[in-house]
Amino acid sequence: MRAAVIVFPGSNCDTDMFHAVKDFTEAEVVEFVPHTANSVAAYDAIFIPGGFSYGDYLRTGAIARFAPVMKSVSEEAAKGKTIVGVCNGFQILQEAGLLPGAMKRNKDLKFICRTVDLKVENSKTRFTSSYDKGDVLRIPVAHGEGNFECDDKTYDQLQQKGQIVFTYVDDVNGSKGQIAGVQNEAGNVLGMMPHPERAMEAWLGSEDGRKLFTSVYRNWRESNVVTN
Amino acid sequence: MLLQTEPSSATIKEEKIYQEMGVKDHEYERIVELIGREPNYTEIGMFSVLWSEHCSYKHSKPLLRQFPVDGPHVLQGPGEGAGVVDIGDEQAVVFKVESHNHPSAVEPYQGAATGVGGILRDVFSMGARPIALLNSLRFGPLDTPRVRYLFEEVVAGIAGYGNCVGVPTVGGEVQFDRSYDGNPLVNAMCVGLIDHKNLQKGVAAGVGNTVMYVGASTGRDGIHGATFASEELNEESQAKRPSVQVGDPFTEKRVLEACLELVQLESLVGIQDMGAAGLTSSSAEMASKAGSGINMNLNHVPQREKNMTPYEMMLSESQERMLLVVKKGHESEIEAICEKWDLDYASIGEVTDDRNLTLYFDGEVVADVPVTALTDDAPVYEVTSTEPQSFKENQAKQWQPETITDYNETLRELLRRPTIASKEWVYDQYDHMVQTNTVVVPGSDAAVLRIRGTKKALAMTMDGNSRYIKLDPENGGKLAVAEAARNIVCSGAKPLALTDCLNYGSPEQPNIYWQMKESTKGMSEACRTLSTPVISGNVSLYNETSGEAIYPTPIIGMVGLVEDTDHITTQQAKAAGDVVYVLGEGSEHFGGSELQLMQDDDLSGIVPKIDLALEGKRQEQVLTAIQAGVVQSAHDLAEGGLAVALAEKVMGTELGLKVTLSKDVETLFSEAPSRYVFTVKATDAKQFEALIPEAVAVGTVTADQHVTIEDENGQPFVNESTEELTRIWKGAIPCLLKSKA
Repeated sequence: MRAAVIVFPGSNCDTDMFHAVKDFTEAEVVEFVPHTANSVAAYDAIFIPGGFSYGDYLRTGAIARFAPVMKSVSEEAAKGKTIVGVCNGFQILQEAGLLPGAMKRNKDLKFICRTVDLKVENSKTRFTSSYDKGDVLRIPVAHGEGNFECDDKTYDQLQQKGQIVFTYVDDVNGSKGQIAGVQNEAGNVLGMMPHPERAMEAWLGSEDGRKLFTSVYRNWRESNVVTN
Repeated sequence: MLLQTEPSSATIKEEKIYQEMGVKDHEYERIVELIGREPNYTEIGMFSVLWSEHCSYKHSKPLLRQFPVDGPHVLQGPGEGAGVVDIGDEQAVVFKVESHNHPSAVEPYQGAATGVGGILRDVFSMGARPIALLNSLRFGPLDTPRVRYLFEEVVAGIAGYGNCVGVPTVGGEVQFDRSYDGNPLVNAMCVGLIDHKNLQKGVAAGVGNTVMYVGASTGRDGIHGATFASEELNEESQAKRPSVQVGDPFTEKRVLEACLELVQLESLVGIQDMGAAGLTSSSAEMASKAGSGINMNLNHVPQREKNMTPYEMMLSESQERMLLVVKKGHESEIEAICEKWDLDYASIGEVTDDRNLTLYFDGEVVADVPVTALTDDAPVYEVTSTEPQSFKENQAKQWQPETITDYNETLRELLRRPTIASKEWVYDQYDHMVQTNTVVVPGSDAAVLRIRGTKKALAMTMDGNSRYIKLDPENGGKLAVAEAARNIVCSGAKPLALTDCLNYGSPEQPNIYWQMKESTKGMSEACRTLSTPVISGNVSLYNETSGEAIYPTPIIGMVGLVEDTDHITTQQAKAAGDVVYVLGEGSEHFGGSELQLMQDDDLSGIVPKIDLALEGKRQEQVLTAIQAGVVQSAHDLAEGGLAVALAEKVMGTELGLKVTLSKDVETLFSEAPSRYVFTVKATDAKQFEALIPEAVAVGTVTADQHVTIEDENGQPFVNESTEELTRIWKGAIPCLLKSKA
């Protein structure tokens, strides 16, 4: 698997994401790809890390979605490549129209950084197949605008099509349906506000995020590596 | 557009315009003597900021000389952007603290945010990657809307800046006291990591080399910020809001990444942050350190506003700017990196050998002064120091706590005190995990961060208790250093060095100067005994509102080295059945204690004395026991004493404690120093007792989720569920913030 970690000006979880993929999967290649790159076609999996791209100015993710690299990301998404956006990465994917919904400010209008309980709602995805449905994971959140919002019709569709991948066990930020992570209808693009890349080592608090990365890797291998 | 006409040299002298800039008559005369003529408006402006207390330390220099600044591991002591300490394997830790008190008093969000920005630049301008931020905050009691506003906005400002830049805010402390009502304290500390080979200095060396400007453009914000920081706050201070800079963490992040690439270049000679006094201080200080001069053409300075004058450009404190000296002919290497990060840059001058700072604007010389006159020749004042009457009175007074009938209720009340209560409301807003190195998150005695690729980790803390220093400055100074070191030791680290932020009132008041003198004396002695040199620091004076000074508040920022990550220890109890040990005795003196403040709402009497030799010995014993692997949890006793420390061992866990203690106020609530509480596996008890024979087993960790304290007859006098204690302790600050009183 060749993995890209996209770096926008203001990304700040790029190194954490890089280590999560590099140290905990068997990906052959993990590379930082700048926002100015014209193509990500050479990669099998594209990770969009958290941070404050363009300082969150205007609106979270609103400027990053116009960065040159995003055109290619959209094209690769349409081709079915695996795309994971975490935190600001999720917001960028929403702004780019690759994932449904939008983010409001957290219900108490404050940034929240703490480790929360996250429930796996759908384990039949390429991102969560190493988990079991109903697993409760300890994963950190760190965001000011993670209050997921969408209209009722969209919400019904998300439920019916299994697009709700993670929910918060407790109401962390006011998100509709306590949604923490969703995938697109095709099931190849995931966005989540909690940071699995911060939950890779037990002595740093939790290793519950590992299986997300191993799921992505295994599913890629199963569908791409031909064994004779 | 009509330009404001600047007063002439003659008018400045006749109308004493320099006084408006904080320059005194005799200082003006000294400037005339030094440059051999009357300074023009730009020149007097430059002198006024560099000779301000904030930049020149003119009242504090004699006191700062007391501090030990050397040690076998110290690579860089005070004088550069930040201090540097070797941690082996060709790596070093870089750290410094800075105050942003005055700006935060009038514009709390931006004041606090730019405080974080400034201290980050001090660290990454040394070539180090910032790995952690900490802060020490002081506010009045949360009983007025103004103080609640200051508190909420300061925290939001720190969060807004640090979170965006992507440096975790891992620790710190917040205390509340009436003396900070109108003058909150915002002290920010940054810790960075560097490979020895990348260590940079702020020097303008090499005649003919190019002076380059990198980062945000220059605007009119923050003009005279350093001067503002060097005067008392009063009713007119609100009008100084334009003296507060505005931060842009997004630019800071790009300047940071660009600088860490720049320091890899052979062609970079020197680099310094344009901090307080902006372009004036960075250029003058870099030239001074190299014994050189600098010529600059101000027309080349990137500007964000029209028609800026040389005076405004030289005094602006616009944020996120760096000054570089680059080998002539290699400017394009710098330019390429700046373009990659989309940053403004310009070659604005060159290094000369005439030791003058010479400024050109529109083809004319607009300032020409000797560098050393600006940086080295500021007056140094030995001020009169007078012991206040109250000191002897307090030393003669034995304050007696009111008799406590309900110990359970007293503990509950103490946990509710904002100074003791959980600061979760604060640190929940700080991203304390980004960079994924934080092993011990906020809420323990010290934060601990691993160093990737090694077995080592760094422990860091900020501490200070101004109540003790108010009553007994010399002893209080010792207590502050010792407490910081205890916190480091409890986390499993050996204290390496410290940075200090000295916050006081006006040094021109003999009683205040006495506080400064006595407390720094105590700090110096503790630094020597505990082998923790002072490698960097900051002085913030004139913290007064309408003539009322804050309590003397020196804050200690300390960093320690964990040799093996297996030694990392936290304060929380780990497992039922573990033995609870207490080391150290209480004291009959309650001066400055939380109990006194709670009962009396005032400070008086004698502060428990510290025996530094005993303190040092115990720290060694504790570290040895932790390194031997026989300590499950370690916690130092601080505000509220043993009862609070015991509760803190289990709050937030699913455990309880059952201990037997003497039912008296000294045992339970004394804040005597050099005391600890540990939990130890029963199987390790023998080895632990051999290493710390003075520690007393008082009970066990239980699974019943209650804190129970019994007297010698088995009668419980404190018995409360862990859940209830946690609820009180965590709920106190959110509750105070919601009240509308």
